[in-house]
Amino acid sequence: MKKIVIVLALAGAAFSAHAHRPWMVPTQTLIESDRETWVTIDGAVSEGLFDVDHMPLRMDGLSVINPDGTTSQAPAPMVGKHRAMVDVQLPKDGTYRFTLAATNVMGSYKLNGETKRFGRGGPSEVPPGATDVKTTTTVQRQDTFVTRNKTSTGALKPVGTGLEMVPVSHPNELHAGEKASFRFLLDGKPLANFPFSMIPGGVKYRGTANEVRLSTDANGEASFTLPAPNMYWLSAAYPANAPRGPGVEQPAKRYSYSATLEILPE
Amino acid sequence: MNLYRTLALTLPLVSSGAMAADLTVKFDLPQLNVAEYHKPYVAIWVERADQSVASTLAVLYDVKKPNNGGEKWVKDLRTWWRKAGRDAQLPIDGVSGATRAAGTQTLSFNGAKYGLDKLPAGDYKLVIEAAREAGGRELVRVPFSWPAKGKLAANAAGKEELGAVSIAVQ
Repeated sequence: MKKIVIVLALAGAAFSAHAHRPWMVPTQTLIESDRETWVTIDGAVSEGLFDVDHMPLRMDGLSVINPDGTTSQAPAPMVGKHRAMVDVQLPKDGTYRFTLAATNVMGSYKLNGETKRFGRGGPSEVPPGATDVKTTTTVQRQDTFVTRNKTSTGALKPVGTGLEMVPVSHPNELHAGEKASFRFLLDGKPLANFPFSMIPGGVKYRGTANEVRLSTDANGEASFTLPAPNMYWLSAAYPANAPRGPGVEQPAKRYSYSATLEILPE
Repeated sequence: MNLYRTLALTLPLVSSGAMAADLTVKFDLPQLNVAEYHKPYVAIWVERADQSVASTLAVLYDVKKPNNGGEKWVKDLRTWWRKAGRDAQLPIDGVSGATRAAGTQTLSFNGAKYGLDKLPAGDYKLVIEAAREAGGRELVRVPFSWPAKGKLAANAAGKEELGAVSIAVQ
């Protein structure tokens, strides 16, 4: 029994947001150009934000939500040793959202007294006759936002499934010292008193993490003064503050959300 | 007759004194010890208490560059650009002007021409923003109350791209 728990914990660790953080960073968040416009989205997994020193992010299946709200598929990524990258053309003015969403089912089972784990294949990997089947579903979502010339809101509409941040303040109009509001939803419903974090990049040059820990109010909305200019990694998990680590039973379904947001000087 | 003449002379003076005062902005563009120096683009405007733009007074850029080429980089005056410039059509008559050399510069703005006489009474800031190609960008704000009672003088200073800034109304 103890073995199963450890296996589950390890399976959870592989997808948990702590220590190794998955991130996407666009080359620019606001592109002012009348010419052919491209943005490159870098994706990596690393401990320090936004250090390129560990492994590339799996960026297959990157969705592009266009200014008019329609969704298209990003081209296949180029995958390097340390980072992946995707070039995306922005044909029209307005705000684009880039979303990487995935649902993974992992777990373990017992067969002939032996504990085995299953991965991306999900429960279909479980052979007949297996007992003690345990599964953990992780629902992940990552966003970043890029505007060509003029901001728009067609791409910012909530999806209504999983854990998501709804930018009440426009994500490409964030300026240090100004007020901003974000809303968090789980399956389309507001999350009251829900904690989330914003961490600025460049910790290694600074020493201090400068993590900003925030929470939504009773209506599921957080209003706050934007911190110093930087590229920020916003992250949240549901259930919030769930205990993690070896020996801790994981909830059957977990949600994680992250977004890369740029806060500019005034 | 004598009375008429006095009134006729006095009234316009009174109104111009209270309403159409001239605003003078004196600012220092520091001499910089840098590898590559270009004269900075500068925007000067009057800001309301909510930080919106009440009136743009000056935008100094490379106005003589062929095909309005100098306008391309006006957006580097990021704060002015996102609050007013983006929606403006350049060049702006009486507002667009040539860049200035390092040193102390003085610009005067007629209250009536720049809409200052129509500003509701309240607290404002004179904002000056400088952005330099291959360099930095800096903003300096000088607070003042409007209408200016009597003579007004206020000053502030920048750190790198701007030196001392002072304003006077009379």
